[in-house]
Amino acid sequence: MRHVRLKIAILAIVSFAASALAVRAESPAIRNCTWCHGASAQGYTPAPQLAGQRLKYIEQQLVSFSEHARDSPFAKQYMWGAAAHLGPRMTHELAVYFSRLPSRPADDGDRELVAEGRAIYQRGMPDANIVACVACHGPSAEGVGEIPRLGGLAYTYLKRRLQQWGEGYHGALELPMPHIASTLSRNQIEALASYLSFVK
Amino acid sequence: MDPRLWLAKTGMTSKKRRAWIIKAAGLQLALLAIVLSATGRANSADTPGVSKHELEAKLEYCQDCHGPSGQGYRGFFPIPRLAGQQTAYLKNQLQAFVERRRTNNIMFNVAHTLSPAMIAALAADFRALNPRPLGGGPKQLVAAGEKIYQNGIPEANVAACIACHGPGAVGSDEIPRLAGQLHDYIFNKLTNWSKERGQNPTKPDTSAVMSPVAHSLTRPQVEAVAAYVGYLK
Repeated sequence: MRHVRLKIAILAIVSFAASALAVRAESPAIRNCTWCHGASAQGYTPAPQLAGQRLKYIEQQLVSFSEHARDSPFAKQYMWGAAAHLGPRMTHELAVYFSRLPSRPADDGDRELVAEGRAIYQRGMPDANIVACVACHGPSAEGVGEIPRLGGLAYTYLKRRLQQWGEGYHGALELPMPHIASTLSRNQIEALASYLSFVK
Repeated sequence: MDPRLWLAKTGMTSKKRRAWIIKAAGLQLALLAIVLSATGRANSADTPGVSKHELEAKLEYCQDCHGPSGQGYRGFFPIPRLAGQQTAYLKNQLQAFVERRRTNNIMFNVAHTLSPAMIAALAADFRALNPRPLGGGPKQLVAAGEKIYQNGIPEANVAACIACHGPGAVGSDEIPRLAGQLHDYIFNKLTNWSKERGQNPTKPDTSAVMSPVAHSLTRPQVEAVAAYVGYLK
């Protein structure tokens, strides 16, 4: 066998890394999340995908759940309890863990609405005073800092989230999403949610 | 029916016919002029200004990106402060976006739907806002930035910013206010000046004034000046 020592070294490194990950994935804190958010954190209705989400956004949302700022029905029913006793260190570690997981797009929107959704996302509708989402959420809906990645999230989750602002439910930060979401019609929300569910 | 046949049937003489045709044409032109000018007036959004409702809706739309009091916002890109901005500068930039002399796809989409009356009203509203600066710039660079702002960089032939932008960096007329502007926005603009501004060489604009300055400043110098003005109230 050629390059035996190199291969052994590689094997050792890989198994070390893999075992480290395996330990993390099976830790109780992570499993508390993956019950609902899916084993690889890709999401499972109604829980959204956490894999590949922005680190600071995950942290901020966990804090908003524990402070009861984010108050939609599912938030109350599930996340208030889940986030109640996390503390800053665990919150940060969970956010780090999930933000680094590879994500797969949900691909579950209405394909016929994708073109319209893309148009709203990239250009907004200035005549209707609807801003272009791209300005904050980025060209591939990847988000930045505390602004979440929207690309690849599930259609039903995105749709419900946009509707909730229009219905008066609160998020972590008050501005500007409540106003933006309330400018969107139901059809526009469905178009956006459809488009985004396919974005890698 | 052939107009000549119609005229023949009325029994007009050829002289009277000519006079009639000229009169009719004149009337038609007058009507056309009235109709065209009327639609022109209607398009400038219910003169003398814009309706209060339209303006409020448009203002909220601007504020969705530029911040609830126009203080700016750090989206995927740093979105600039509009609060307290010189009205002539705002109008010029919106015009530049529309004519693509200044490159920005998002703002092109926004600007080309704005009527002149709406632009004037928005500019006036933003001028009157005065929120605290968003801040966030590197504080350790402020002192160096102040020096550059007050004195320029003589060895690089860079004029002192204060000469045009004023002691408090509030600008005047077409010269923009820099006070309280996002430091990362200023950095982006100054380091990309000729890629983004003055994009129509056949229609040179006021952005040409800044071009040599932007070229001569080093990146650390830009960072310092941006940090300094970013904290100015």
